[in-house]
Amino acid sequence: MAFDPDNYGLRLFVRYLVLCLIALIFVFPLVFMINSSFKPDSQLLADTSSLRAFLPVGDISLNNYFGAFRRAPVGLFVLNSVLVTGVTVLLSLLICSLAAFSFAFLRWKGRDVLLSIVIATLIIPFETIAIPLLLLVSKLPWIGLDGLHWGWLNTYRVQIIPWIADGLTIFLFVQYFKGLPGELIEAGRVEGANWWQVYYRVVMPLSGPVLATAAILKFLVMYNQYLWPLIVVQQEGYRPVMVGLGYFFQLNVAWGEVMAYLTLITVPVLVFYLLLQRAFIASIASTGVKG
Amino acid sequence: MASKLTLSNRAGWTFALPGFALIFTFIVLPFFFAIGLSLTNQRLLSPNPTQFVGLENYQQLLGLAVVTLEPERDDAGETIRNEAGEIQYPRLREITRSDDYPQYRGMREWFRWQSGENVMIVIASDVVFMKALVNTFLFVLVVAPVQGSLALMLALLINHKVRGINLFRTIYFMPVVVSIVVVSLLWRFIYDGQNGLLNSILQALTFGLFQPVDWLGNPSTALPAVMAMSIWQAVGFHMVIWLAGLQTISPTLYEAAAIEGASRWQTFRYVTWPGLRNIAVLVLVVITMQGFALFAQIDVMTSGGPLDSTQTLVFQAVERGYGKQDISGGSTISVILFAIVLAISLIQRWLTRER
Repeated sequence: MAFDPDNYGLRLFVRYLVLCLIALIFVFPLVFMINSSFKPDSQLLADTSSLRAFLPVGDISLNNYFGAFRRAPVGLFVLNSVLVTGVTVLLSLLICSLAAFSFAFLRWKGRDVLLSIVIATLIIPFETIAIPLLLLVSKLPWIGLDGLHWGWLNTYRVQIIPWIADGLTIFLFVQYFKGLPGELIEAGRVEGANWWQVYYRVVMPLSGPVLATAAILKFLVMYNQYLWPLIVVQQEGYRPVMVGLGYFFQLNVAWGEVMAYLTLITVPVLVFYLLLQRAFIASIASTGVKG
Repeated sequence: MASKLTLSNRAGWTFALPGFALIFTFIVLPFFFAIGLSLTNQRLLSPNPTQFVGLENYQQLLGLAVVTLEPERDDAGETIRNEAGEIQYPRLREITRSDDYPQYRGMREWFRWQSGENVMIVIASDVVFMKALVNTFLFVLVVAPVQGSLALMLALLINHKVRGINLFRTIYFMPVVVSIVVVSLLWRFIYDGQNGLLNSILQALTFGLFQPVDWLGNPSTALPAVMAMSIWQAVGFHMVIWLAGLQTISPTLYEAAAIEGASRWQTFRYVTWPGLRNIAVLVLVVITMQGFALFAQIDVMTSGGPLDSTQTLVFQAVERGYGKQDISGGSTISVILFAIVLAISLIQRWLTRER
């Protein structure tokens, strides 16, 4: 058969070939990570010089996982991350959607000024305020069950409270709410519902897509936190997974255990992503088109 | 009548206050703190009271000067040469430590070049900061166009309705959801000098001709290696943003182009690209912002080395503000960083203004 550039089947084949080769570029480090997590250190390092690096071959076992748990309080790190991420996502959805509800539907003195301040914060990257924020939280008061404390370092709250509200989340909610039919809100008011009832009986049930978007974006930011916990949490008791990684780099590094730990903290997110991939991708796309 | 129903000062404030108060306390306030602290000598923990120092921190970071070293001459005015025939110059420290030049005190050599018989030396009060500034700009200048255009190519490749295309989109996007810390650690294996995956692959492809390189251990390859990894990690993010833009272009425009007999390039040039102009600016700005925030990759992969070849602004801000507890120094770098970011946002506003 002669080479025919217009051959549909051939062009399709080439297209899939290109797509697959590019896909390899994106997955190979993750394939390497997962396979390496089952190999003893010596084999792991030797395998990197051949394709065996990407295959579960040789002396395969779960020993690295047991080793990782023995070496570091892995369960504690995971628990810390899940707690901080979960609480922040929930509080963020509540507080940001309430604020956005007020900005989008209510008319009150000062509204436009406050909203423009919120929008203006979008151009402040977190990295530019991390250091002054470190000083601020090191001096903030807190009233706990055991009385008044000063300083928030080495706590859960220092990882949660500064991250609850942000300009992007509020902005996404405001944009979404403005697209809802205003008559619904007014109908609710005419029927005598108070604002809280309008919020959670009328608006929230219609807000599934934006809630999913805001939750996914916040989840990714929170679970992958690194810089902030690195500087505000020195005690391992409060460390999240990414900072807990430092534990594996004291003294001699056991790479198999590092790979097991990386797999352990990454695969749940990947599974979560693969299950909800449409929602994940839509949430990133919405920050682009609306932002 | 709509206004009556929605006019409510009490409910309005009550609903907005928690969110606004948090943003004010944890974003707006620290932002102004940064400016204030940059004018002091504040430390994280210090027995001494904080003092106002004016612009001293900025001078300390940004101080730059060019000095000219003239060759040493003998009594007859001839240049003195050593045995190898090289012209002899006075030592730089004779200037930077001299009482005759108090303005250069404490400054160090950043780089030098030959100009005729003279040597020109750029000296800086803070050479590491200058390197961080240059590296950060280099990073952005390379990553923004490369990542942006690769992302567009991927988006164009994916934007076809063929079976299984969703699977590929899902895979290309996958690194975005993986923590940059995890990704950076994995790439240390890829870049390793002895049996790194990259060296292995290159050796296999060249049948052993390729000499292994310690990608992260070599000052000339470390920053490009970090750039390549960063491009790989976030290219899927920008692909999705381009895709969203592509899908806003009306199919009727493509049909019209097809009827007119436009080539693929013409279709891209006159139909696709004009529809993407604002997305293009957005993508570039987002990459630029992410680039200026470069920290985790550096912290995990190189710690700024080797020989400060991968220092960045945020890494320096953290190293000083947290590592050395020099809050005012870290804040000063933050303010400089913010000024750069602000300038870029203003340029974006101007580029995407309504015409």
